[in-house]
Amino acid sequence: MADRRTRSALTWSGKLITGVVFLGAIVLFALIAPLLTQDPRDSDNPAMLPPGPDHLLGTTSLGYDVLAQLAEGARGSLIVGVTAGLVAIVLALVFGVVAGYLRGWTDEVLSLVTGIMLVIPGLPLMIVIASYLEVRSLWVVALILGVTAFAGPAVVLRSQARSLRVRDYVAAAQVAGERAPRVILVEVLPNLLPLLAAQFLFAILIAILGEAGLSYLGLGPNGSITWGTMLNDAQGGGALTRGAWWWFVPPGLMIALFGCGLSLVNFAIDEVVNPKLRLAPAAAKRVRKARRSGRDKLGAARDHEPAPSTAAGEPSTSRSAEEPRDGAADQKERVDV
Amino acid sequence: MTFYLRRLAFYAITLWAAISLNFLIPRMLPGDPFTILLAKLQRSGGVTPSVENSIRLLLGAVEDQTLWEQYVHYWGNLVRGDLGVSVTQFPTPVTELIAGALPWTIGLVGTATVISFVLGIGLGAFAGWKRGTWVDSLIPSTTMMQSLPYFWVALLLIFVFSVTLGWFPIIGAYDVFEFNGPEWSWAFVGSVLYHAFLPALTIVISSVGGWLLGMRNMMVATLSEDYITTAEAKGLRPRRIFMTYATRNAAMPSLAGFGVSLGFVVAGSLVMEQVFTYPGVGKLMIQAVRNNDYALMQGVFLVITVAVLAALFIMDLIYGFIDPRTRSNNG
Repeated sequence: MADRRTRSALTWSGKLITGVVFLGAIVLFALIAPLLTQDPRDSDNPAMLPPGPDHLLGTTSLGYDVLAQLAEGARGSLIVGVTAGLVAIVLALVFGVVAGYLRGWTDEVLSLVTGIMLVIPGLPLMIVIASYLEVRSLWVVALILGVTAFAGPAVVLRSQARSLRVRDYVAAAQVAGERAPRVILVEVLPNLLPLLAAQFLFAILIAILGEAGLSYLGLGPNGSITWGTMLNDAQGGGALTRGAWWWFVPPGLMIALFGCGLSLVNFAIDEVVNPKLRLAPAAAKRVRKARRSGRDKLGAARDHEPAPSTAAGEPSTSRSAEEPRDGAADQKERVDV
Repeated sequence: MTFYLRRLAFYAITLWAAISLNFLIPRMLPGDPFTILLAKLQRSGGVTPSVENSIRLLLGAVEDQTLWEQYVHYWGNLVRGDLGVSVTQFPTPVTELIAGALPWTIGLVGTATVISFVLGIGLGAFAGWKRGTWVDSLIPSTTMMQSLPYFWVALLLIFVFSVTLGWFPIIGAYDVFEFNGPEWSWAFVGSVLYHAFLPALTIVISSVGGWLLGMRNMMVATLSEDYITTAEAKGLRPRRIFMTYATRNAAMPSLAGFGVSLGFVVAGSLVMEQVFTYPGVGKLMIQAVRNNDYALMQGVFLVITVAVLAALFIMDLIYGFIDPRTRSNNG
């Protein structure tokens, strides 16, 4: 029993650890790498160099060092992502939690705004707004991304807040004469934290992807380097047709890795919030195991080796792969016996 | 009935909000788009009075009209189906350009969305059925697919299959050297399918993971319900439990999500169309943005929004019919 529990705990934290390592590595890269690489806007290098000892990731058609651009772009993309994520989550708190808790007309109005923002397509709206702004700083782009992305988290938070407001401890606080803002902040919010964290991470991911898309279209922040503007430059500089993979692969890969880290952490949070996801597969595994060992004890004729009762070190994958096809075969055999 | 009335009211208000937003954005944002646009146009060539006038109306630079009068005027044009005239392809009406681009987007993104949904639901149901086995260890990799920037996937596909291997064309929706325009022939259909393969693959790769994960999680939750245990105890065949008891119920939320994503087909893949130079709505919008063709840009935005609203409304009605619980919950 003990070994099974440790193993399931390990796979649980395995996702978390992998995710945190991805995120940590990229944040560290954004913080430290710009200090070590050359100036990302230094065009004295030879153009279109493939990766080599002098330029680890090669150079662009204008002679910029790709690694230096990637490091500077990491800063830009992370700033946009985190700022937009914060904006989105604060708006989601107002439009989701407050609406869910207060009900009545406040709820109707706030939910209507959320509903409208949910169905108005985000990227086209961002494109329209961005195209009318002549000067777009990193912060303005982050603001646009945050404002257009709050609706999704708001819906999730609202439904959760609605179910929390009828709990006994919330009712107790209300009876004790606590005012609404205090009840929301002290009683409701702490119970929303896992969900809030998950939504925040998700909002960051959406914002970074959104920024990359906007920048790719040439509507990103002017004068700043992000992973998205790098992709835009690569497209404009003919990286694709000239075979300069070292120019357009790294920025996309960084976004993918960062997004993967965020999703893995989200996965781990999800399994904590929703125990069914974690417990049900483990239960299914136990049932199958019990069924098999039960058969073995019966001493029925078996083609395959009797399963070792509990071989702690054995990877579960190889064992399951050789198993008879799930329930189908199992049940037929049981009938035969 | 109140359910349908509420939904109808919601969509009416949203439509009004979207149109008003479309009207307000150019007027509320800092800077003077009219002056900027006029200067840009004059630099690139002559501006006829009629063009200047249409831009004036669009951007609200008419001095002797209040904002309210402009708003009324704007609605009047809209009701008559007049979205203005494109500046880049003068004097083609905006509506005509959009009508030409819509079928391409709906055909490509719609088909790809359906393929992705069917594939994702099938694989997700299977992964949920196989919970607690080696399949579980593959699940986190689907998140990797979801966090890929999809236009970057498109770039990679072009680089590998078009530039390096030369298997697929880089741009366009059909072979423009062979055909003068769309026509009804097998050769043309073949050319369209050939050109649509990589764009569709891009959409499937970037969206199938979401369906798979959602379906798998619903499946795991459904399979731990008591009625599944009852069904097993009755000795029903696993195939029957899988299809009739588990998958059907687990697919409900995904079906709702499918409705929503069908609604967003028109808004779908703006950046992807740009990467593949696919002649759809997204390409049109980006082209308009690049050339400061504000009438075209806002027209496309409006059409996209209205299309999304219409599709979602229809989906709402259908879903309220399929799953009566949604009707009572919202009442």
